[in-house]
Amino acid sequence: MSATSTLHPPGRLARFARLCWRRKAASAGALITLLMLLVAIFAPWIAPHDPNEQDILSRMAGPSADYLLGNDTYGRDILSRIIWGARVSLFIGVTAIGAAMVIGGTLGVLAGYFGGKLDRLIMAVMDMLLSFPSLVMGLLVVAVLGPTTLNLIIAIAFTAIAPFARIARAPTMAVKQRDFIEAGRALGYSDLRIMAVHVLPNILDEIMVLGSLWLATAIRTEASLSFIGLGVRPPTATWGGMIRDGFENMLDAPGLVIYPSIAILIIMVALNLLGDGLRDATDPKLRHE
Amino acid sequence: MLIYALKRLLVAIPTLLGVLTIVFFLVRVAPGDPAIVILGESASQQAIEQLRQQLGLDQPLWHQYLDFMTSILQGDFGRSMISNQPVLQEVWRVLPYTIELTLAAIVVGIVLGLPLGVIAARYRNTWIDFSIRFFSLLGLSFPAFISAILLLLAFSIQLPWFPVIGEASYADPLKRAAALVLPALNLGLIMVAYITRVTRSSMLTVISEDYIRTARAKGVPARMVVWRHTLRNALIPIVTVIGLYLGVLIGNSVLTEMVFNRPGLGKLIVIALNSRDYTTLQAMLVIYAMVIVLANLLTDLLYGVIDPKVRNQ
Repeated sequence: MSATSTLHPPGRLARFARLCWRRKAASAGALITLLMLLVAIFAPWIAPHDPNEQDILSRMAGPSADYLLGNDTYGRDILSRIIWGARVSLFIGVTAIGAAMVIGGTLGVLAGYFGGKLDRLIMAVMDMLLSFPSLVMGLLVVAVLGPTTLNLIIAIAFTAIAPFARIARAPTMAVKQRDFIEAGRALGYSDLRIMAVHVLPNILDEIMVLGSLWLATAIRTEASLSFIGLGVRPPTATWGGMIRDGFENMLDAPGLVIYPSIAILIIMVALNLLGDGLRDATDPKLRHE
Repeated sequence: MLIYALKRLLVAIPTLLGVLTIVFFLVRVAPGDPAIVILGESASQQAIEQLRQQLGLDQPLWHQYLDFMTSILQGDFGRSMISNQPVLQEVWRVLPYTIELTLAAIVVGIVLGLPLGVIAARYRNTWIDFSIRFFSLLGLSFPAFISAILLLLAFSIQLPWFPVIGEASYADPLKRAAALVLPALNLGLIMVAYITRVTRSSMLTVISEDYIRTARAKGVPARMVVWRHTLRNALIPIVTVIGLYLGVLIGNSVLTEMVFNRPGLGKLIVIALNSRDYTTLQAMLVIYAMVIVLANLLTDLLYGVIDPKVRNQ
């Protein structure tokens, strides 16, 4: 059915690239995020040492030629642990937000598309989920299920579903009124097909913008849970866990907490720049600013 | 107004019941028997049975659910699994510390965020605006435990201006105030960032309204236009921000109390967590959710007071 392809907004990728270009801050954010992703993916090749290798003689040693950022309380290389920690944080963040996007987005589209009782039910449940402070909710979920990577993903995704449902619902209701949806119905397309092929591409922008902002929140939540002691179990290197371990000894070796903190800050600032830039660029009110 | 308030209250009740239901099932999906979790793997079968009976775990699920709902609605939040004291008793003891911290943080947020937002809007697209916007972005980016650690390192250790103290010193009001400064700044940081942003953007929206142009045309001095006419109308979104980010504030208060070793609800949670005290955790989640539902209700009512259009809907 070639007619359907003309219904899509043309060149999503091209538009995205143009928007990024227009916003220098957003592209800086995108670039740093991409670099961090590459570091996370290629950690085994980039890290100068095994993150769990203990050099007992260099416990809490300062920076040296061999260990650029020094060693932690077990004599492990801080730099290598930060590089491997990027893996954990980004993997959990991206997976959790991906899951929240899919589940929340689907619920929002269903609510917006069918309206009526289903809409009221879904949105009432979302309102309930929004009533929980997300860190405390995540904390209880991980405490109850146990601190594994999968459970952290579930906990963080759980706290992020409602915002995605909300953001997907409003544009779905607007798109539903448009002529091409009516045309699709007249051609006898099923609801499922209309939602997947015609509604979804039209609301994807907003979901992606929210996704980049929530990725920052997800990474912050993961780091916070690790700091509280509910992160992926040791000896796995996580940024929050490194700060937790270094906290007791931060007077003797401030690097133990400062270097992983900087890593977290860099990714947080980058994601916020990216998300803000995308939001400004896709917000029609601000487009001509 | 009364009818509007009653209507909002009626909407809040099902949300609250739903919240309780979610908490109940969340704790019940836990793998493993809570009785075994409390007593440990090596406990005798008889002891486990006895505890199951005591906790009502031998009852069918719907029975447990009804028990849970009725006791909470009667104000009984259960007893700590560890100390066997009523959870609420401990909550009341530490509540004042968390309330003073939260209020102080909101004050910090308003006192710093409001002027910063106004200045950013006034000098829009100049370097002043950009630096303020970057500052607020940085504020949003800091996980609360990291800013707390940095504040502690800088102002308690490098520069010993503020004390690193525990609960013991809280009897002396002066020491108590000194101990509040850094935690309040830390918790306030994110509020400053949010309030700056919202103030800036709502000022920019209001500035282009007709009545501002009228005021200008009448020859009202620029400073008066900003502070009296524009700001007053930009205040409504600020009320929203405080309501909206209360959840973030609560999460951050847990981290803040943990790093600064302050007594409070957050510290209570961390202690309950370390001792696997599920009843306390469950009660705390319920209490927090209730606070948020009530705060949302209050925000809505406040709108009704500020804006007659809302209450006549």
